[in-house]
Amino acid sequence: MKCCVCKEREATVHLTQIVGDKMQKLDLCEECARSKGVNDPTGFSLADLLLGLGASQEMEQATKGGELKCPQCGFSQADFKKLGRFGCPECYETFSEGLDNLLKTMHKGTRHVGKVPAAFSGVQTMKERLERLQQELARAIQEENFERAAVLRDEIKNLQARLTAPGAR
Amino acid sequence: MKDFLAPASEVARRTGPQDRIVLSSRVRLARNLRGFSFPGWAKKPERVQVYERVAAAVTSLPSLQGCFCDTLDRLSTLEKQLLVERHLISREHAAKSTGSGVVLNREETFCLMINEEDHLRMQSLRPGLQFREAWAELDALDTELESRLEYAFHRRLGYLTACPTNVGTGIRVSAMLHLPGLVLTEQINGVVQSVNKLGLAVRGLYGEGTEALGNVFQVSNQMTLGESEQTILEKLDKVLRQIIELEENARATLIEKNPKMVYNHIGRAYGILANAHIIASKEAMNMLSLMRLGVDLGMFPGVDRSLTDELFLLIQPGHLQLLHQEKLQAEERDILRADLIRNRLKTVSRPGPPLPSTGPGG
Repeated sequence: MKCCVCKEREATVHLTQIVGDKMQKLDLCEECARSKGVNDPTGFSLADLLLGLGASQEMEQATKGGELKCPQCGFSQADFKKLGRFGCPECYETFSEGLDNLLKTMHKGTRHVGKVPAAFSGVQTMKERLERLQQELARAIQEENFERAAVLRDEIKNLQARLTAPGAR
Repeated sequence: MKDFLAPASEVARRTGPQDRIVLSSRVRLARNLRGFSFPGWAKKPERVQVYERVAAAVTSLPSLQGCFCDTLDRLSTLEKQLLVERHLISREHAAKSTGSGVVLNREETFCLMINEEDHLRMQSLRPGLQFREAWAELDALDTELESRLEYAFHRRLGYLTACPTNVGTGIRVSAMLHLPGLVLTEQINGVVQSVNKLGLAVRGLYGEGTEALGNVFQVSNQMTLGESEQTILEKLDKVLRQIIELEENARATLIEKNPKMVYNHIGRAYGILANAHIIASKEAMNMLSLMRLGVDLGMFPGVDRSLTDELFLLIQPGHLQLLHQEKLQAEERDILRADLIRNRLKTVSRPGPPLPSTGPGG
């Protein structure tokens, strides 16, 4: 196969780009590829390649140039741009700003749906229950049902104590 | 490790539903430990520590007694190559050494990569279309493991992974498909595009960025956040059943509209395989794919699909090397590969027109 730029040399670099439902193929010889910056790895950000073009700008914009570093592992914004991966689980908190926009481009949603470890599901349901009880309490007070409010208040206190107890993550 | 793996002949005889088109089903989960850097960022001592924790937890599971567990620096290049050719570990993982490891059960239905891109990449494999079974086994193992290891889990984002493309469920559901009909009828690009539109990825034989050698394609989900495991599994299952139908239709159309073209392809493939003295793995795989199609169509009476499937595995560089003592060069491999195939096809007669009794199914 001949290079599609110079139409002389043998094509050894093959690029396939799919934009929407259109597929575009480029077959280049090494020389033309180099002159177009195709095989220059610094010309492409790995994050861009992995996560779709624009991903790294998205992250960069979110933190406006400041060298944010993960306190847990020392991973920085620039590292993410280079690697397209995070340094440690804590990075998800450190770089949370702008992360949602990034996640939106690659996933169905930005909230986990599915399996939850047992250690978390317990806390999860307790928290949900607490929220429900607090709503009920507000309603009871509004309806001036103080007897019910007192019961609810005790229940909430109990639940809160259990949630803050050591061992409950 | 070499002795732990089942012989290729045994692997080729494993059968499952729809295995005429679906070679294998796989479910993979990505998990990480809280408080440790991801493998790509962690220093060696930290990786070793993670390896030790994970290996201890995994080998203590009752369901994994008698499994193989070791670090990659203790495996030879050849052994790692064998694991790659059997799709048990990734090429990236094979390139790693100290602080990374692999756990594999006897049946080769469960394989865990320790410190690949994530601390744990565990997968469940089944022949044919068996997503539900693969998921059930993996889900149970994962649940057992979560009481022995503290997973990095985020209330809103789910299981945290090194790459944000895997965050959430950390699940990757994939199947390996043999689609010669869609390739010969030139419908494959259209199918790939519509599958892409559904948010699923189509890749070649060895995953990301590889060629579809031997008309083998890998279809998998890409999104892991915002959809439950069940939803993803069901979606894949539905799409695969559609692809199977399209492939069966393509084969039927070919036989009906253009039988000579099909017989020509299969006859030539047989001719090359039965007579070649030098053959590269790429050509061999493509020819074996056509021969497999011939077997499916009933053009090789008395020949079982396991013949082509075993050869498909045996002709890979690592498996070929395994049959020989001395270190083989590429040119020598091409000769030995041709010898092996010719030898196996000695008892196989030339293909004839399809027997009328074979239709879609099994």
